[in-house]
Amino acid sequence: MNIEVQTVVEVAAYVGGGLAMGFGAIGAAIGEGYTAARANEAISRNPKISGDIFKTMLVGQAVAESASIFALVVAILLLFMKVPFPTLLKAAAILGAGISMGFGAIGSGIGSGYPAAEACCGIARQPATASRLTTNMLIGSAVCQTPAIFSMVVALMLMFINFGGASLQPTWAAYLGAGLSMGLAAIGSGFGGGLAAGASCEGISRNPGTAASVTTIMLVGQAVAQTASIFGLLVSFILMFKSFPESTALSAAMALLSAGICMGFGGIGPGIGNGMAAGGAVQWVARNVEHAGDLMRIMLVGQAVSQSTAIYAMVVSLVLIFVV
Amino acid sequence: MAIEGADIVKAAAFIGAGIAMGLGAIGPGVGEGMTAAKACEAIGRNPKEAGLLTRTMLVGQAVAESTGIYSLVIALLLLFVV
Repeated sequence: MNIEVQTVVEVAAYVGGGLAMGFGAIGAAIGEGYTAARANEAISRNPKISGDIFKTMLVGQAVAESASIFALVVAILLLFMKVPFPTLLKAAAILGAGISMGFGAIGSGIGSGYPAAEACCGIARQPATASRLTTNMLIGSAVCQTPAIFSMVVALMLMFINFGGASLQPTWAAYLGAGLSMGLAAIGSGFGGGLAAGASCEGISRNPGTAASVTTIMLVGQAVAQTASIFGLLVSFILMFKSFPESTALSAAMALLSAGICMGFGGIGPGIGNGMAAGGAVQWVARNVEHAGDLMRIMLVGQAVSQSTAIYAMVVSLVLIFVV
Repeated sequence: MAIEGADIVKAAAFIGAGIAMGLGAIGPGVGEGMTAAKACEAIGRNPKEAGLLTRTMLVGQAVAESTGIYSLVIALLLLFVV
């Protein structure tokens, strides 16, 4: 059976488009569903301001939707893109782009649902804080979207950068690995950032006087939770731009693919864990603002320890890329 | 492309190392984050005991870390020894 290179590239683009949109639809749908559920709860508690709650729900859902809109854009580009010089390497890069965007949208979609849900409940509890809550919700869910944006950037780079005369073996595995590394590592950070943002909306509605401290500690916590996805971005950049000596050995290719798998999965847990720690700290800063300093300190210590396994994963994937 | 037995073994060891460390990192990351969240809650409720709570949190996280270290050890064994 003789398959033309053009056909392989098209197959990769269609499969990649399917993966991007299929996986990319999971997160936003769950997050928005959670928001809608909590909005119903909020309206049943305080039906008089149902209009405000409904509006906040829609704004929050629109932000959560953006993760899957990124996936839709990448999927449509993949379906209709024309590849000027089709090569087998380009086919691998295109498939990697679909993987990166598909997995990368899951965490941000789920995560952005939490601040929107807590903002709806918060408005039912304290209608006077509605504008403050909406602002905090928008800041928090915008930060949740960063991992999805990283994934989109990696996907677009894989699709449109001309990587030139890199050798097919083993570079094809590096492009797939780049997609896996970024896509999977984005799941944890997006979800974790959402936990922190949700806790901050809840905290502000319970104790509006603490809003400034709560927003600050939420942003610090979310920033630390993003580190896992930044490690994923770093590994995928190395995989995309390092030139690998030509080698037909299977092991050379598998080392690069494995580097992406290792960093990708390794980023999930620490991202979620850091978000939980940030959520716990934010929740209690709202209740006990005099001890915000102590809480920030213990949050950062706890996050640093929780980050360690992501660092191990990064070390193993760098060893796989540079040493073996 | 001729694939030799030794090459397949090496490729499998590399993939195994990536899976061991990658999946092995999920549990400790989530578990230690939960510990830190609860430690924040405890300090929020009883700030006087911050020192004791920090110590307890760190000991608990160190124990939860052990499985992550096992994964790292197995990954490094697969990369350099096997």
